[in-house]
Parts: sequence; structure tokens; C-alpha cells
Amino acid sequence: PGPNTDQARHEALITAVADNRDKSAFESLFVRFGPRIKGMMLGSGAGEDLAEDLMQEVMLTVWRKAALYAPERGSVSTWIFTIARNARIDRLRRQPVQPFVDVETVSIASDAPSAESEMIAGQHGEIVRAALQKLPQEQRDVIDLAFNQFMPQSEIAKKLNLPIGTVKSRTRLAYKKLKENLEDLR
Amino acid sequence: MSIHHHLDAASLMRYAAGDLDPAFAVVVASHIAMCDECRQAVRLAEAVGGACLSDMPEAALSDGSFTRLSRMIDAAPDTATKRRPVEATPANDPDGDVPLPLSSLIGGSLDDVPWRLVVPGVYRHKIELADTSSSLFMLKIGSGRKMPEHGHGGTEMTLILRGSYSDSMGRFGPGDVADLDEHVEHQPVVDSDDPCICLVATEEPTRFKGIVSRLMQPLVGI
Ligand SMILES: [Zn+2]
Ligand SMILES: [Zn+2]
Repeated sequence: PGPNTDQARHEALITAVADNRDKSAFESLFVRFGPRIKGMMLGSGAGEDLAEDLMQEVMLTVWRKAALYAPERGSVSTWIFTIARNARIDRLRRQPVQPFVDVETVSIASDAPSAESEMIAGQHGEIVRAALQKLPQEQRDVIDLAFNQFMPQSEIAKKLNLPIGTVKSRTRLAYKKLKENLEDLR
Repeated sequence: MSIHHHLDAASLMRYAAGDLDPAFAVVVASHIAMCDECRQAVRLAEAVGGACLSDMPEAALSDGSFTRLSRMIDAAPDTATKRRPVEATPANDPDGDVPLPLSSLIGGSLDDVPWRLVVPGVYRHKIELADTSSSLFMLKIGSGRKMPEHGHGGTEMTLILRGSYSDSMGRFGPGDVADLDEHVEHQPVVDSDDPCICLVATEEPTRFKGIVSRLMQPLVGI
């Protein structure tokens, strides 16, 4: 990605936070992601206070774990999304989300840059967004509810008035289509 | 490790979105700790989440939101995580065959699992998890043994850790995962010389067919 992409800017900010504990770089990330994280939390049914609280927790994790961000694994927004997802699950459950954290550790340790990971690194914001745009609407709807609102599959089925098997097969098709679109866009 | 049976794309997407029950999340996490292909696939699914976050309409933050966070940061000692190791370290215990996400639940060795005999040749170890309506357990099934033929009351996910079995869907060896929905019926037969050890998550008690099987069900509890 060129120096003017969102990804390049965000990566530079994360690096400044990780290496120099740069508060103003962190504030730029906060301004960019804070309101969007809170939006996701509100969309998933959290009240105003909880959504604000979860957003702060996510950004605090970004501050603390900035050094763990690995560009070959995906974009900054993807990394922050996974932190938000984990924070939300942690809050809902009595047991912390150990499997996710463990896998992140595994990935950090074992990922060597490869052609495949280069491709993932290339899947920055714009490209994935473009690939998402090209999904048929019925697949897009399922994806939006699952990822924008963290809606469980069973609730998606209810909301769209579909059998759960149909939600499942649309999710599966969306993934396949997305992968094809990404290969075309590369 | 050559892996032939992978996770269903719908499971990858649900895992990435945080919608898998903890029992299934452990099986998925364990498989992707062993499988480069599915780990890359999860990355792609998570990138969907990243794109969704980027496109999210902004919500209004509460007054002084950043100032409060900034004070929290200043008040606490800086517990920043150190830069990740550049040297690659093995994903799994080099001596064991327990993937990392499972080792926090059962320890690092398959030889130390506290098995309980359920019927001759079949051992089981239940893994207790909070926040789940599903079951997570390990099975050790002797060479040549059949699992009763069974339909599934719900989805079932099986990750092979040692040995192998075959059923109508093929042969499943270490690292392979059988990611099955409720309509599947199958009858795995262990075809390795050593017992087959696998990690299983089930959504609902698996229904065994036939009277003998039904009598056995409370014992096996799967
Ligand atoms: Zn796989
Ligand atoms: Zn089965």
C-alpha cells in the first residue's frame, strides 16, 4: 500500500505508540476508531454506558498491546476489530476468551512471512471493502448482522425469517464469493 | 502435518465474528493452531470484521472520553507488552500433540488425561467449561472399535489428535477436523493400531440409533 492509504497511516501510528509510547499518535487512533467501536457495541445491544466502557477498554488494550500488532496478519482495523470482539465476549462470559488469546499467541510465534501472508497483508481496508460491496445483497445482509452487530446466527435467522440452515449456507457462500472477489481484485 | 479435512467456511466466519459457543471455539482454535490453511482463512474472515469496523457510522463519545482514558493510562504503571519475538517458536509443545488452546484446559500431554472408561475400549474425559450449553470432551477409542452409528441432534465438531478413524466421509488423522451439521449420520471406525484420541464438541446429546446404542448412550453421554 502507498503511504497515503488509511492502512499506512494507521500502521505508522501504531508503531509510534509501540516504540515511543506516543500519546498524540494514540489520540489519532482513538479519534478514528473510538466512535466506530462504540457504534458497534451500541449496534450489538449494549446500552450507552456499557458501549462507552467497552470502547475505552478496547482502546486501552490497543495502547498496551500495540507492540503485538503484526501487519502481515492483517490491517490495523482488523486487529482492533478482534480486540473489540474479544472484549465483548469477555464481558458476556464468566470465563475469559482463552481460545482466542491462545491462538493469537500461536500465530505470533509461528507466522513466517509467506506468499499467503503477503496476500493477507494486501487485504487492507479498501480491497476487502470492495470485495464486500460485490456480494449479493442477501449474503451482505447476513454478514452485516454477524459482524456489525455481533448478532448470533440463531437471531439472524429469526430477524430475516429464514431457517438457520439458510443463514449458514449464505454465510458459507459469502465467504467463498469474498475469496474469489479478492483474488480477482489482486 | 498433512491435513485433509478442514473447517466449514460458516464455522470460520462465526468464529471470527465471536459467535461460536465456547466448546466449539476451543475446537476451532485448536485446529487453527495446527492448520496454516484454516488460520489464513480465519484471518480473511476477521478482515471482514475490520472492513465493517472501518465502515461503521461514528457514535458520539461521552464528554471528555479521551481525557478519562488518558488519565487511566497515566495512573497505571505502563504494562506495555514487549515487542513480539522475531524468532519463531513452535506452535505446539514439541514433545506433545496437544495444541496450545487445548493445553490450557487439559495440560500439555495426551498421556496425562484422566480418562474414565465408559464401555470396553472407549474412554472419555469431560472438559468443564463455563457459559456453554454444549459439551466439550475427549474420547479415546481402541483400535478396530466402532462408534455407534448416530445422527446428530445438533452440530458436532471432532478434531483428531492421535491415531485415526474412517467413516463414510473419509479417513481422519491427526489435525483433521470433522465439522458436521445436524443432518449427518456416520459410524466412525478406528483404523490406527493405537487408540484414536479426539476432541469433540457437541451442541446437543448425540442420538445413537438402535436399542443397544440407546442403552449405551447414558454411559457414553455423547
Ligand atoms: Zn484446516
Ligand atoms: Zn458424529
